[in-house]
Amino acid sequence: MTLRLEGVGKEFEPGVPVLADLDLTIAPGEFVCVVGASGSGKSTLLSMVAGLTSPTSGRVLLDGREVTGPGPERGLVFQTASLYPWRSVARNVAFGLESLGVPRERREEHVGRLLTEVGLAPFASALPGRLSGGQQQRVAIARALACSPRVLLLDEPFGALDVQTKEDMQLLIRQVWQDVATTVIMVTHDVEEAVFLGQRVLVLSCDPGRIARDLTVGLPTARSLEDKRSPAFLALRAEVEDLVRAEHRAHQARV
Amino acid sequence: MTGRTAAAEAGAAPEAAAPGGSRPGRRIRPLNSAVPARVAWALRALSVAGPVTAWWALSASGLVDPTFLPSPAAVWAAGTDMAASGSLWTDLGASLGRIGLGFLLAVLISVPLGFTMGALPWAQALLEPVIGLLRYLPASAFIPLLIIWLGIGEASKVALLVLGVVFFNTLMTADVVRQVPRRLLEVSATLGAGRVRVASRVVFPYALPGMIDAMRVNAAAAWNFVVVAELIAATSGLGYRITRAQRFLQTDRIFAILVVIGLIGLTIDITLRLVRARVGRWAA
Repeated sequence: MTLRLEGVGKEFEPGVPVLADLDLTIAPGEFVCVVGASGSGKSTLLSMVAGLTSPTSGRVLLDGREVTGPGPERGLVFQTASLYPWRSVARNVAFGLESLGVPRERREEHVGRLLTEVGLAPFASALPGRLSGGQQQRVAIARALACSPRVLLLDEPFGALDVQTKEDMQLLIRQVWQDVATTVIMVTHDVEEAVFLGQRVLVLSCDPGRIARDLTVGLPTARSLEDKRSPAFLALRAEVEDLVRAEHRAHQARV
Repeated sequence: MTGRTAAAEAGAAPEAAAPGGSRPGRRIRPLNSAVPARVAWALRALSVAGPVTAWWALSASGLVDPTFLPSPAAVWAAGTDMAASGSLWTDLGASLGRIGLGFLLAVLISVPLGFTMGALPWAQALLEPVIGLLRYLPASAFIPLLIIWLGIGEASKVALLVLGVVFFNTLMTADVVRQVPRRLLEVSATLGAGRVRVASRVVFPYALPGMIDAMRVNAAAAWNFVVVAELIAATSGLGYRITRAQRFLQTDRIFAILVVIGLIGLTIDITLRLVRARVGRWAA
């Protein structure tokens, strides 16, 4: 599913653009990471693709059709799990399938498969409150995948996790992306994470947010944590870090 | 504190230690320091036993006329007497019937209303000003009006109870519903759930424990209003029995009825706490 942004801009207050002149095409199955200093509007960008925020100018198009609201073909995962705390893990994952009217048997089968994919099969009947932060994010990912989304939108999904858990989750999301062949757009403030996960890294500028750089990550598709130490990885990471830092400084100087 | 001493203290301040300077040996403890379980239980026992002992000691000392302050034994005797004659059960039944009906009506009105207000911003804008105002009109002040409108029968008593509870419970329900995290609503929309589905499958279960909490708080008010309603123009009920006992200076009976009122209130509270604990297990 091709995602296109045509001249997209967003103002929450008139005359104060958060994002401006975004032109972007994301091909089906791409893994794109969006980085930028805080205040660059990267979460707003994701929210517009999700259909939860409407652009002030321009259009968001999915296979040529304009996005006018949220829908199950665009799954969303937030930083904090935002699970249904009264529903078991399995019933959290099943929520979208219930909304879509999938019959119970097929629902259970599908949920079972997803829980195995994210490594939570033994926790199917547990309540989210009993899970660790990393496990909760696994549930959130499985829940978003349940509706077989064409685009998976991740809004700083691992931002609240400890370093080791975060690495596990990075490997998991790469694996999931390869298994389900969906487009992934992930917003993060962690440059290393962006370079490690993405095929493409978009660096946003500030005031207003624009695409400052659109970098292709020339690393092999099969990536391991050791790749984070390779010269190619480190060089790319340094390049992106410098860009983000420069934008952050410019933003600080303006406020 | 007078202006003079405040000025004097302000003048003295420069002589004190430098700001932020620590005094060695001063132990700082957080305000909510835990109390050992044994101490906590001792305090709970004291909380009940203390006032009862004081009551018993005061009446046994003979300092107060028993007409004003009957002894615990006399109150117990008056209570068992009323229980034996059956009047206690009739009055209790009448009062419980009124709170049952009145509170049910209040919940049936306030929960849907509050839910709508909390879920839909336009309903909030439309209803909050008027309900916020009505809430401040004391329900007891409506008793004369209610008697003119509805007569001195059951209707005016149930109406008082509804009036006393419905506005508070509406606003409290709306508050609870508004606390459902925005992220949860957004995620639900991306999972294909429409507005009705989000309201029934997400907002309602999320808000339910809080709504029961609101009911628990307002059930206490409802129980108060039953007794208030029965103090005026009633022919049965615990409140009515109090006014009867007053006419014959039977303070021991008044005390006995107050004890019963307190115990019933406690029972209502504990019951709703248990329901809430069961419904809100996930929140623990």
